[in-house]
Amino acid sequence: MVAIGCPAGGPCGGVEPMTTTSQTKKTLTTMNGRVSSHVTIQGSGPPVVFLHGAGGPQWDPFLDDLSERFTVYAPSLPGTEGDPDAVREIRGLWELALHYYEVFDQLGLSSPAVIGHSFGGMLAAEIAATNPERVSKLVLIAAIGLWRDEQQVQDWMGLGPDDLMPLVFHEPEGELAKQMMALPEEEIAKQDETIRRSWALACSGAFIWPIPEKGLTRRIHRVTADTLIVWGKNDGLVPPVYAGDFAELIPGSEVLMLDRAAHVPQLERRDAVTPAVIDFLSG
Amino acid sequence: MKVNMFHLMPHRELPDDFEEKYHSVWIDPPWSELADPVRVGQYYNWTLDELEYAAEMGFDGVCVNEHHQNAYGFMPSPNIMASTLARNTKDAAIVVMGATLPAANPPQRIAEEYAMIDVISGGRLVAGMPLGSSPDINYAYGIPPIEQRERYREAHDLIKQAWERDDVFAFNGKYTQLRYVNTWPKPIQKNPPIWVPGTGSRSTVDFVAKHGYCYCFLSYFGNKTAKKNVDKYWERLDELGEDLNPYRLGFLQLVVVGETDAKAEEDYFKHIKYFYDKCLHIDPNFFLAPGHVDHSSLVGATRAGGYGAGMFDDRSNWKFKDYVDNQFVIGGSPDSVAQQLEEAVRTLRVGNLMVLLQIGSMPHELTKKNIALFAEEVLPKVRPIWDAEGWENKWWPSGARQAAPAAVSNR
Repeated sequence: MVAIGCPAGGPCGGVEPMTTTSQTKKTLTTMNGRVSSHVTIQGSGPPVVFLHGAGGPQWDPFLDDLSERFTVYAPSLPGTEGDPDAVREIRGLWELALHYYEVFDQLGLSSPAVIGHSFGGMLAAEIAATNPERVSKLVLIAAIGLWRDEQQVQDWMGLGPDDLMPLVFHEPEGELAKQMMALPEEEIAKQDETIRRSWALACSGAFIWPIPEKGLTRRIHRVTADTLIVWGKNDGLVPPVYAGDFAELIPGSEVLMLDRAAHVPQLERRDAVTPAVIDFLSG
Repeated sequence: MKVNMFHLMPHRELPDDFEEKYHSVWIDPPWSELADPVRVGQYYNWTLDELEYAAEMGFDGVCVNEHHQNAYGFMPSPNIMASTLARNTKDAAIVVMGATLPAANPPQRIAEEYAMIDVISGGRLVAGMPLGSSPDINYAYGIPPIEQRERYREAHDLIKQAWERDDVFAFNGKYTQLRYVNTWPKPIQKNPPIWVPGTGSRSTVDFVAKHGYCYCFLSYFGNKTAKKNVDKYWERLDELGEDLNPYRLGFLQLVVVGETDAKAEEDYFKHIKYFYDKCLHIDPNFFLAPGHVDHSSLVGATRAGGYGAGMFDDRSNWKFKDYVDNQFVIGGSPDSVAQQLEEAVRTLRVGNLMVLLQIGSMPHELTKKNIALFAEEVLPKVRPIWDAEGWENKWWPSGARQAAPAAVSNR
């Protein structure tokens, strides 16, 4: 088991987040008072919601990039920040989608653009399919949610770091990989980060264990938002064949396939992904 | 004290290079390369023969458990084993330790099968109610780790009601909905004794204390390793105002008995080594899926150095003496074993002892020797340990033999 992520507000991806932009954090209460969760907000301009992967909420330079043009809202999956048991108050994907609509409501977002990475990509697609009116544009980055027996989404919870790193990173020995996997030196901070990563996987596991395909293909035809699909050519975790599958299921969507990138193309190829996403969202 | 023989039903003939060549003993060991169904049939029959022999030799009970996709123990249905033991034993407790509640769908199946074993055996069932390990429940049986404890508690509530209630009732659970619960058969023991295995987490201890169950530590690392967690169990019971009846605790210990200390080492060491080197060759990534323990236990375990810290240490250079000194295994001559066991039992306050007497590759005849030496020369010495204190074993099945057997049959 290994989780990839950087603490919300903490350094990630080899670059310190910009400190000139102010970041705020809000606590939201949804589902008739049962669920408390957090959202990190930065930037100004039209709203963009970013849904994080299975490793938990993280602030990273890609989000900094976006916050120069947009107001970025990064809600955390219930349970991954604050009350660890909040996730237990959400039964299944249906209620999780309802929870996110309530999050949008409380943030005053009627129909924001939604970007989702990996597990967050699956959620973004579910949210856009369940109520298409709530999502104006959709960006799926290395999204899970589909399944092929012959080219499976790999078991990121059952693989050790040695097996997982080459699947996740184009350069498993590179700076970016090192920084994303690094643990703090100080013992308590290190333990906190270990707990945070493990519990983030526990929370996302509530919705995707043991196979991250929960019927999205039966609902995804409902998506009406313009959609951009971003993938790394060397993604070993969610092989690029899935980019084509998503493109086929969402008519009119575009695919941005990146070389020299694996499962985190927005950080591995920020040079290409940032302008493409800004362009797409601005169009 | 009650003394029960525990069996894991291991693969007894894994290749010498198993731990180098294969990824893990649990979840993904390739059946077709490692096992032959005809030979495996022999293992099951040896296992049953050994447990029946232990019962004949005067052990108070026989124990089976549940694992999946696991070469060190593959009784995916402990109830199938228990049902034949119910037929072929006379007065021993049938300790199913147990059918894993979160994996049963619907859990009513366990209420029914346990009741069958109880009626077939004449009320000799001990109803083990394990949460199940992460490899078994999450990796082999696909249950989301974060749901496991909640599913367990719901299944427990259903099974209890299924036995106790006389009406036909509806059960509206989060994971199980049944319109008509009407258990056929019901057990002879209206409330079969319930034993719950655990590793000392606060939530399980409180659950056990609340319901007044027997708590069982089932680890392969012996009484010294377990001491800290067992102490926490007694401290918590004391805090909750419960009595410290030793029969509230079950404990599993590996034991090998030889004619002399030297003979014990000579006979058993290679099988002990096989057990720890091969049978516990488990990929740590399969050992604990995120969410299998709740958040507070995750925090506690991480602060204490990591969950299962030490479990995966390299012990390939350990000698017989190391296993005995660390009490992973209690071993030696009958006198030495009796003395070591008594010390362990008194230190931990064990009322319901389980001994693992077939270990790893230990062959059938040697296992029978271990059983016989234990039954004849150790059991009579350790059985009366708590007698003077007058505790009542409220966790013993009403249909099983209550006292020591009049005479131990020799065969």
